[in-house]
Amino acid sequence: MALPLVTEECEAVIRAFSGLGGLGVDEKALVSALGKWRRQPEKRAQLRKSFVGFFTADGSFERCEDDYIRYLKNEFARFKNIMVLWAMHPWERDARWVHHVLHKPLPLDIIVEIACTRSSEELLGARKAYHALFHHSLEEDVAYHVRENYSNLLVRLVSAYRYEGNRINKEMATSEAEALYSAIKTPGVKKLVENEEVIRILTTRSKPHLRVTFKHYKEKYGKSIEEHLGDELCLRETVQCLDSPPKYFSKVINKALKDGADKNTKDALTRVIVSRADVDMKEIKEAYHQQYGAELEDVISKNTLGSYRDALLSLAGQ
Amino acid sequence: MASLKVPATVPSPSEDAEQLRKAFEGWGTNEGLIISILGHRSAAQRRAIRQAYRQSYNEELLKALDGEISGDFERAVLLWTLDPAERDAWLANEAVRKWRPENRVLIEIACARSSGELFAVRQAYHARFKRSLEEDVAAHTTGDFRKLLVPLVSAYRYEGEEINLTLAKSEARMLHEKISDKAYNHEELIRILTTRSKAQLIKTFNHYNDEFGKPVNKDLKSDPKDDFLAALRATIRCICCPERYFEKVIRLAINGLGTDENALTRVITIRAEVDLKVIAEVYQKRNSMPLERAIKGDTSGDYEAMLLALLGQEA
Repeated sequence: MALPLVTEECEAVIRAFSGLGGLGVDEKALVSALGKWRRQPEKRAQLRKSFVGFFTADGSFERCEDDYIRYLKNEFARFKNIMVLWAMHPWERDARWVHHVLHKPLPLDIIVEIACTRSSEELLGARKAYHALFHHSLEEDVAYHVRENYSNLLVRLVSAYRYEGNRINKEMATSEAEALYSAIKTPGVKKLVENEEVIRILTTRSKPHLRVTFKHYKEKYGKSIEEHLGDELCLRETVQCLDSPPKYFSKVINKALKDGADKNTKDALTRVIVSRADVDMKEIKEAYHQQYGAELEDVISKNTLGSYRDALLSLAGQ
Repeated sequence: MASLKVPATVPSPSEDAEQLRKAFEGWGTNEGLIISILGHRSAAQRRAIRQAYRQSYNEELLKALDGEISGDFERAVLLWTLDPAERDAWLANEAVRKWRPENRVLIEIACARSSGELFAVRQAYHARFKRSLEEDVAAHTTGDFRKLLVPLVSAYRYEGEEINLTLAKSEARMLHEKISDKAYNHEELIRILTTRSKAQLIKTFNHYNDEFGKPVNKDLKSDPKDDFLAALRATIRCICCPERYFEKVIRLAINGLGTDENALTRVITIRAEVDLKVIAEVYQKRNSMPLERAIKGDTSGDYEAMLLALLGQEA
């Protein structure tokens, strides 16, 4: 039997159910379909036959795909999650995010992100919240649960209480740029991410100082330190977060909105918008425009649905 | 228990500031007056006096003192007058600049303080030196000492009493394994010592003793000349029993020929508002002599008078 043509009506409902991509669900469109299709079970039957990802033929009826139900759970929850996170104290948000990735098999870039893009006082706040919530210190749990070679780097990043003034020592910035170059270009016994000098410089120096160091690095060696770090992902992310959070966050957002992004990558959109709305949203939009030639609000509008979309735009808007 | 004695009624900060100003006036200095005021005021009171002095005379009290008094007496008064966090930051900076492997100051500051107090030191360090404490410690130390000291001064240990027995057992075994292998700088050993809460560590050390028959510090004595082992032992003692640790520092400073005034001044000024009374009791028990008598025997003049004031001798 030939597949039925998907009517425009059906397509609209499928889209509202996040069946054609996009984050979140279009609650208004779904409710409107309830009204429009009252006493018309044949319309719902048509939907079930057209909505290939969600329903599958099983003998005499179409049943729901379990995977899709799970997927829908996440998509419906995007609005709930963003609202709850928005209401939460920033310190608690950060503490919970770190705890979450330490206790589930999830990538640890959130830890680098939080340790490097928050101010010194905000990072201290997250550590205080972590005590209160989890009865351990943040660094204790990172040290215990992270067993890869970048464990030491992460522990030092989350323990930092960087000086935040503008006083910089130019000679030191120069010599540390040279030390970083030398560490990168000289293969040692240990991996670069375990190199004591690299860790010392990246985890203790103030951010203004590091930005001058990175600038000097590029001037002296022709390429940015990021480029020279190649596939040292953890170190690259550290440098990006320390050097320019807006550029880093605009990349994260871009990845979240790409086709085929996994759940974790998509969840980052909520995380970035909620945590940066009051911090550097303007700079993130500028960076996004520079890197991808599009307005962030337009891209969000096109790729998200419903109340979730409205919430994002409220936070990211003027 | 603190040893500091503050009178029941205290003059206002501006009255105290005025008296101190009088102590400086003219030729010579009235050291006794300085001791009788500053040596009997709490940190909050001293801070108020400094502010009142600044407002009345447009000059920093500490700078004025610097011009009037000198030597060990000056160091004691200067260190004492500072806020506890400022004092620790000042001592930490001195320790970093003159870093030597036998230096224990950083370990004391990191381990014989509460987490909140250690963080206050880090804040005071930013304000005074325009760099972070961990940045300076990292830049001025190397090798195993850096591996131990940077995490120690960066720690923000959980302060609750909850302990995980299973973890205490497994980490005691881990410590024993690394110590037996003489892998004293091993990441796991450092991780345990520098991140676990004090309650958890004390339980771990108790279990170590129970299971292996020896206190962990005894097993860390294999080479008496090894400075790193000494640093590890000091870390453990500051965490577990600071009063006994500081009694030993005082004892070594006083006993024998000569006196280590810097060490003596350091312990007395940093503990007078914390537990110097207890330390003095430990001293008396251990040495069958009151601490005051030992100090009288080993120091003199205004320096002696200042130390005794902080030990609680009435003005």
